[in-house]
Amino acid sequence: MHNRVSGQDNLVSVRDLTFSRGNKKIFDDISLDFQRGKVTAIMGPSGTGKTTMLKLIGGQLFPDKGSVFVDGQNVHKLRRADLYNLRKRLGMLFQSGALLTDMSVFDNVAFPLREHTQLTESMIRTLVLMKLQAVGLRGASQLMPNELSGGMARRVALARAIALDPMMIMYDEPFTGQDPISMGVLVHLIKSLNNILGLTSIIVSHDVHDTMAIADYIYVLSGGKIVGQGSPKEIQESDSEWVQQFMTGAADGPVHFHYPAKDYIDDLMSSGKRY
Amino acid sequence: MDFIEGLGASTRISFNKLGRGTHFLVQTISGIMSVLLRPRLLTKQLYSVGVMSFLIITISGLFVGMVLGLQGYYTLSDFGAEETLGVMVAASLVRELGPVVSALLFAGRAGSALTAEIGLMKATEQLSGMEMMAIDPIKRIITPRFLAGLISMPLLAGIFSAVGIIGGQIVGSGLLGVDEGAYWSQMQASIDFYDDIVNGVIKSIVFGFVTSWIALFEGYDAIPTSEGVSRATTRTVVNSAFTILGLDFILTALMFGDH
Repeated sequence: MHNRVSGQDNLVSVRDLTFSRGNKKIFDDISLDFQRGKVTAIMGPSGTGKTTMLKLIGGQLFPDKGSVFVDGQNVHKLRRADLYNLRKRLGMLFQSGALLTDMSVFDNVAFPLREHTQLTESMIRTLVLMKLQAVGLRGASQLMPNELSGGMARRVALARAIALDPMMIMYDEPFTGQDPISMGVLVHLIKSLNNILGLTSIIVSHDVHDTMAIADYIYVLSGGKIVGQGSPKEIQESDSEWVQQFMTGAADGPVHFHYPAKDYIDDLMSSGKRY
Repeated sequence: MDFIEGLGASTRISFNKLGRGTHFLVQTISGIMSVLLRPRLLTKQLYSVGVMSFLIITISGLFVGMVLGLQGYYTLSDFGAEETLGVMVAASLVRELGPVVSALLFAGRAGSALTAEIGLMKATEQLSGMEMMAIDPIKRIITPRFLAGLISMPLLAGIFSAVGIIGGQIVGSGLLGVDEGAYWSQMQASIDFYDDIVNGVIKSIVFGFVTSWIALFEGYDAIPTSEGVSRATTRTVVNSAFTILGLDFILTALMFGDH
């Protein structure tokens, strides 16, 4: 396992980060780097704090220790106005899409443009239609979010995320619950948007196959630590039993099938409290 | 010992929530200027918070006025004072029932809807999504709804009282034979603009303020699950009712205590 921190053009650098929820340590002194112009994936079993990492990078959560630098700025030391200015240059695709349900597809994509720019309505219309064309949903511009399938909602959210031409997009579980066609469309979109628009992408996912296909670099997290990192090929060939369990989907291994509990026989034999 | 521990813990939780609620209120109020610069945000909310509550307020006001007319007539006729029915109906409505009942109805109709809406927006990550788009959800979502509640409440209470007075007149003059001229003229002579009407308006503004605050904060602070939103909605209606009735007592004592 090598460390790629030094000598590279990193858009995001996470340094010595520790973060806890209650008594549970989600991240324990970890450092990650996200190279400009590349697709970097954060993978790991459910509950390892992958989404939490995105929220830390976006400044929605504060770490207990350590720092996060985005484009050279320490996210958690910024004043509110500066943080908002930085966020204008970041796009985030939420797992649910997070579309505003009282607005049409068109208005959802136009939303950040109307809020942050002084563009005329006709110019906004042109931009929105271009973004929707890029995700293949120009024809759905007048639909309401409740009329969209899960895959379509995520594509609309993607169009909204690129509305302000950000420098980076963070994808939170973009492939979860998608049929094979929607999955294929999303994989293609993420890769092509990254290349055509010159973006930097961070993908949080536990979908091994599709993430491996588009990621340039992968971090595998488990138990608050980085258990593996490298190119998809390096990850595949990793001899770490953590990484291998995750890649092969083995039910038991370093990540246990059973949630910690007292001895099974003792538990069955004791009278216990009523559940 | 457990009892004392429990009491301490629940007191701490309550104060913690009060602190969060106050912080939320300060943030909400600080966004008022930006909402006034974009009146379309406000008019949309005035429609859903105020106009959509119009029907329930009007119908309830009519029936409350009719019941007042009926009950008032039977009591006053014992003393041969039926002609003062208008004063009784109007004073009851303008001073008390108008602001209080319309605020309770407002909490049930608009307050619960606000909590559910904001709670679901939180549960479906819409508020989080806005923050990541560098849009302050308090200024964009909460403040327009708060202002709409604040403006709508006195208007709805006024409509409630006006319709109630007409309801009292329909029953009193239309059915029970009270002289129509006496109904209106006695009312005109006895109801004072400042003592009765302005004090009633002040009450309804206070109720609109607290109901909107409670409803929006409960939604914003809700646990983002279906059960969490459901509990928050219930809390809005219950806490609003307690607060409205408690504040009504305090305000009445302050406004009319020296009479």
